[in-house]
Parts: sequence; C-alpha cells; structure tokens
Amino acid sequence: MKDAAISDAGGLSFEQEAREGWLSWVASVDHKQIGILYLWSSTIFFVVAGVLALLMRIQLARPENHFLSPTMYNQIFTMHGTTMIFLVVVPALIGFANYLVPLMIGARDVAFPRLNALGFWAQAFGGVMLYFSFATAGLNLGGAPAVGWFAYAPLSEAAYSYGPGVDYWIIGLLGIGVGTLTAGINLIATIVCLRTEGMTFGRLPLFVWMTLVTGFLIVLVIPVLNAGLVMLLFDRMLNANFFRPSTGGSAVLWQHVFWTFGHPEVYIMVLPAFGMISEVVPVFSGKPIYGYEFVAASGVAIAFLSLAVWAHHMFAVGLGHPADLFFAISSMAIAVPTGVKIFNWTATLYHGRLRFTTSMLFALGFLAMFTIGGLSGVAFAAVPIDWQLTDSYFVVAHFHYVLFGGTAFGVFAGVYYWFPKITGRMLSERTGRLHFWLTFIGFNLTFMIQHVLGMYGMPRRVFTYPPLPGWETMNMISTIGAFVLAFAVLVFLVNVMVSLRSGEVAGDNPWNAWTLEWASTSPPPPENFPNGVPPVRGRRPLWDLAHPDRTDETLMRLAE
Amino acid sequence: MPSPYDTNAFTLSPASPQAAAISQLFVGTLIFLAAILVLVGILIIFAVVRYRDRPGAPEPIQSFGWRKLEIIWTAVPILCLVVLTVCVAWTMHVGDPPALEKSPDLRIVGHQWWWEIDYLKSGAVAANEIHIPIGRRLLLELRSADVIHDFWVPQLARKMDIVPGHPNRMWLEANTPGVYLGACAEFCGNEHAWMRFQVIAQPTEQFDAWLRDQLTIPSKLNSSDAQRGGQLFVDRTCANCHTVTGTPANQRIGPDLTHLASRRMLAAGAAENTPENLAIWLHDPNTFKPDSNMPNLQLSTDDVHDLVAYLETLK
Repeated sequence: MKDAAISDAGGLSFEQEAREGWLSWVASVDHKQIGILYLWSSTIFFVVAGVLALLMRIQLARPENHFLSPTMYNQIFTMHGTTMIFLVVVPALIGFANYLVPLMIGARDVAFPRLNALGFWAQAFGGVMLYFSFATAGLNLGGAPAVGWFAYAPLSEAAYSYGPGVDYWIIGLLGIGVGTLTAGINLIATIVCLRTEGMTFGRLPLFVWMTLVTGFLIVLVIPVLNAGLVMLLFDRMLNANFFRPSTGGSAVLWQHVFWTFGHPEVYIMVLPAFGMISEVVPVFSGKPIYGYEFVAASGVAIAFLSLAVWAHHMFAVGLGHPADLFFAISSMAIAVPTGVKIFNWTATLYHGRLRFTTSMLFALGFLAMFTIGGLSGVAFAAVPIDWQLTDSYFVVAHFHYVLFGGTAFGVFAGVYYWFPKITGRMLSERTGRLHFWLTFIGFNLTFMIQHVLGMYGMPRRVFTYPPLPGWETMNMISTIGAFVLAFAVLVFLVNVMVSLRSGEVAGDNPWNAWTLEWASTSPPPPENFPNGVPPVRGRRPLWDLAHPDRTDETLMRLAE
Repeated sequence: MPSPYDTNAFTLSPASPQAAAISQLFVGTLIFLAAILVLVGILIIFAVVRYRDRPGAPEPIQSFGWRKLEIIWTAVPILCLVVLTVCVAWTMHVGDPPALEKSPDLRIVGHQWWWEIDYLKSGAVAANEIHIPIGRRLLLELRSADVIHDFWVPQLARKMDIVPGHPNRMWLEANTPGVYLGACAEFCGNEHAWMRFQVIAQPTEQFDAWLRDQLTIPSKLNSSDAQRGGQLFVDRTCANCHTVTGTPANQRIGPDLTHLASRRMLAAGAAENTPENLAIWLHDPNTFKPDSNMPNLQLSTDDVHDLVAYLETLK
C-alpha cells in the first residue's frame, strides 16, 4: 500500500519526470532536483550577501570613513541580514532536507511534490522581489529597505521609511515565508507518512529527526511572522494603527510578534545543522552516535524551549524585572539540551578511529565554534550582562559564532559529505583542506575581536564610529579577517566548479557510511531505489548489511 | 586640546555602583564560561590527538552511550545555571534598583539623531551633554520624540530602550568626576552612528556653577558681526527649529542652542565644537553628518561668518 502511494507521488510517471535539458529544472517536481535548486539559489545569495558584508567591512575599516553613505550602509546591512537568514541559511537547510530526507527514509519522493515545487518558486520570487527594491533608488524613492532585518516599528512605518523599500521587504518576505511554510508542511508529512518498512522513529537518522523538529517549528512560527508582516503592511498602506504609538498603536507589540517568530527561527537555522553533524561525526569516527536518544530528545527539548524565550531579545525594552527574569531562566534552560548535544558529539569521538576528511574538519570546527557561540549566548541570558552588551558588537560576534561558526560550518561539513551522493563526484580533499583552514582562520579573525569591540562600547548597526582608543585597530583586524573569509569562499566555489567537471568518481558509498541514501547510486536515479530499499532493522541499515553477524541489534543486546 | 575621544567606554571599568554590580557579574560569568570552553576544547583536542586513524588500528568498539554519563552532563549544568540565576536576580536588583514613586530628576528625550536633556527640578535644557554631580543617584525618565532609541553609557549604567509610547525609567550615577561616553544603541535610521552623547560628572560645586550658567540668558551682543548673526538667526529658517532663550526663537524641533558655545561637541558627537567646525556645519551639514535633519540653507560665506560670531556668544 505504501509502495503504491510512493510511486504515484506527484501523479507523474518516472519517464515524465526524467531530467531532460535545463528546462526540466523549471518544471521539475523531483525532490532531488528541487533540493539542488534550493542549494544553488542559496549559493548565489550567499555570494551576494557576502559581497554586501565586504562592503560593510570596508566602510568600517577606518573611523569616520566616507566609502559608503549612511543611507547606503543601512540598506546594505539590512539586506545582508535579511538575505543571509531568509535566502541563504534556511534555503540551504531546506535544500539538503529536500534532497536527503526521502532518501534517508527510503521514500520515493516527498509527500507533496507539486507543493514542493511551489514552495521553491515562491521563495525564489520572494528573493527577486526583495532585491528589486534596490531598483527604486533609480526613481529617487530611497532604494532598498534600511530598517534592519528586524524592521522595528515605528522606524519601519511610512512616517520614517517613506520609500517603497520596506514594502518590497514585506512582500518579498511573505513570498519566502509561503515557500518555507510549504517546505515545513511537506517535510513533516514526508517523515510521518513515507518511512519505509522498519524505519521507526527510534531508527530515524538524526538529520531526519532534526528536520522533523524544524518542520514543526516552521509551521508554528512562520505564520506569526507573516501575520506581523501583513499588519505592518496595513499600517503602511491602509493607515492601520497596529504599531504606531503616535496614534495609539504599540511599538513593543511588533517586537513581541517579531521575536515570537525570530527566536525559534534561530533554531530553524541551527537544528538541521545539528542533524548534519550527528551524521558526519559518527561516520568519520567509525562508531555510532553516542546517546542517540539523548541527541534526538535534546533537539525536541530545544524546539519546545525556543518558543518561550523570545523576550530575551527585549531585555532592554523595559518590560520589568519579573518578565526579564522569566525569560532569563527559559533562555538559560536551552543551554542544557544544547550542552547535552555537544557532550554527545564529543563522546562519539572517544575510542573512535577518526578520519580527518574535510567534512570531519568542518564538523570539528563546528564543535569548537558553536560552543563559543552557545556560551556567549548564556552570557546574554544573564539579564544584566545583556543590558550592557545587547545591540553592541558583542551580539554581532555572538550570532555569527552561532550562524557561521555553527550553521555554516555544519553545512560545509554536509556539503563535503553529501556532494559525492548528489553529483556522483568527490570534492577535492586537498582544496577542501585549504578551504577549511582559510575559513577557520578568516572567521575567527573577523568575529573574535568583535566580542572585545562590543565590550569596549561599540554599538552595532553604525555606519561609522569616532576614533576611540583601540577601535580602529580592532575594526581593521576584523576587516582583514572578512577578506580572508571571502577568499575561502572563493576557494570553495572553485572546488565545486572544478569537481563538478573533473572530480574523482565517487561510487555509491565513498565514506563507508550507514544510512540509506548511500545504498542508492550516486547520483540516485529519479525513483531513488530502483532495486528496492534495503531492509531496515536498526539505525544503521548498511552496517547491518555489511556485518550480518554483528548487527546493531545484536551489539545493543550485548551492551545491555 | 586633547581629542574628546581619547577616552573609551569599556564595560569592565565601571564608575558607578550600578555598573560595578553588572561588571562584577560579567567578569564572574566570563570566567565560568571560559572554564567550560577550555574543558570542551581539551576534550576535543585530546580526542583528536589520541583517536586519530592510524594504519592498522583495530575497528572501534561500537558503543551506543552510557545513561549515567548522560544524566551527569544534564544535571551538572542545571545546577550551575541555578547558581547563575541567583546571581542574575541579585545583580538585576543592585544594577537597576526599582524607581518606585520617586519623581524623575532628568528627562532624556531621544530625537532622530540627537538628545534633549531636561533638568526637571531647575528647568535647564541641554543637548547631547549631560552634566551630573558626582555621588548622587539621579532618576531619568526616557522618552522618544519619534522612533525607538536606546540610552547607553557603558561605564555608568545598564542600557535602556527609549520606546515611543512606553516611557522608561533608570538610574544614572557616577562615583568619580570624568567624561563618560554614551551612544544610542538601538538602530534609529540614517544617522544612528552619530547619535552620541557624553555624561560629564562633576563635583557638586562645579555642577552647581554649570547649572547656574545654563539658567542665565546669554549676555548682550558686543560685536556688530554677532548682532547681524543674531538677526539672521531669526530671519532665516534657524528659528523655525531651534530655541535661543531671550530671543523670538522658541521652537524645539532641533536642539536648544541657548548655550551652544559651552558644549564640547557638535551634531551629537560628529565633530568637535570649534568655530571652524561650526562654520563647516552651517555651510554644509552633510560634511559631518550626511542625511541628517539639519538642512543645507545655502548660506553665503558672510552669513556663515556672522552666524558663527553670534553662536559663539551663546555660552
């Protein structure tokens, strides 16, 4: 029964769906092709937003610099943040989930292939809308939005941002939101309904587990953002009064709405990367993940808690000590399941046989960098420290350690790990190691010093700064680091381009990995498993196949 | 004259009891977090060195975890965080004491992109420079004239948002005389970067003398240039936005200029207050502060000269 449902996915036969020419990419409803589309669009926007970051770092290299006008700088940092979050990180993770989840659970496709295509294209058009705002500068209408990715009212209201930039931002984000939401629904349905025989929840690969949790977070909070965006649009276009204090609205309400979405969004951006690390680290340690149940359960715990921490972004708003303390406690509580994950990944390394592939290097880099980002997060949960450091460069450092040191390192680990599966060719390990070390050095050079800048009182989102003692040197170091990081990205892109054409042929399972995607060919055919899905009797089906005398089941029984 | 920016705004060199409490918590927490980081770092580095793949190494034991260890590394962090929470609650109380029903001493109004300071007890009005007597805890009321701003003097107090329609209160105090740098810490539009201010903490006698000066109307104009400048100020559009007490200029859209010449900085920190800089500012505000709300009035060089002569008399 399940098989019939799977092969009917999308109502198309395999022949219709086979890849024919580049136009097939536009019409495709195949989860793998859509996954690749997500990954490419994410890569393109990553380059764009990276260039924006370099422009900012050039402007900030010296005090009282005149490289960018304040208006331009403000547009650029708004677009950098918005792009990185909505058009780079989330699509990259959804892209991987799209490609891998059906393979990992032995399914033919996602549950709703057409919805899947709709989601990608809604997101793509949202991205185009967002960037179209730059064109309004040509009509003297102000250009891109200049209100930050958080678009605090009343600055984002028509009285203070009168050009159409913010309107494009709202419409663009609504499109992207619809895309993300459909992806969330699709992934949940896929994981719940299309698991192959024997793939119980207790045996799901952890990447699938984290994708499931992320799917629920998406479904819970993206609608909150979209509702808020529509309210803001009503304020701007129809003179509604949701967020305008001058006519009875509430500026604080926007912050509640935005962060109710905004903080779980952080976990939407990091949980799938946790999942990737949980796949990569065991394979290159030659051991199963340590404490599978705890790694999975801590992900669920993080997601639940993340819904109750939003006001830690608002400690400086003046909500009163009782509210601040509540959100301090809930925010600190998140550190516990996060710590559990870090300890379990680390424990997986022990008594293993560690293969330092590029993927593993990025995973280890993730462990160290994300720990720094997580710990500085604990500092922010301590309310009085937040009173000093919020909106300073310390925050900029903190969330880049989470989202670059965490998510981006995790995604790079995932790219080096799954690129052979997706393309049939290996990425160059030599170039990969260069890429890793340049990234590691450039990243730390750029962002470590920003902790200190924040402690020395430099506010964030400033287009320039006075020549206070030390600020110039620290900013210059950060700018140099940003260029090293940009060079690292260039190395990565070259590696991808070269390896796509002439990389070593991968074979089905180049890493000796254990999850189902490695049982198919590289790349997998449209129907994923033409010769049937291998039997699933444990968490590592391919290990069980290779070691019939020592399957996970027997090993676990022996351990008890 | 030393640059007004030869001092820093280091959060860990507090100059008030409130900031000291926060700084203490910060240092303690940093040490605690650094210890955890070192622990995790050592665990990772040890594993990387010890368990790297060597030729002929046997297949690793396929272990799945150990429940006791999981309980330990769940419970120990919880205990640490309980301790931290207690410290946090205590520091919140000391670092930001409740204001109760006391009436505020100062009202700070955040404008795009400058600060208005109203001394509520005496009626003095200042801009971008807050003079306070040392050793006295002053209650501030924070209000916004437009968008959200944030009041931050790292060495003296917590930061506090200035939210339109949501007046906030906080304490400001300094132990020792000095100039403490402050800035707007919430993004508020074009010139957010140049919405800086200074807190000038003085011994009580000096502060009282300053306050007396602020309450006096500047003396009559002595030079003809200044007289012409004063006329220009009223005739041209200056008076549409600014106040100079004792003249018909009484608008409060821009900063009160009654004692402009006594201030250290121009344009909320964008330039030092010298006659030369003032002339540049009047000539083309974009030089120091592009896209600010101060318009370029297309003044002739003579007009600028006379206006500067006038404004320099406003001590």
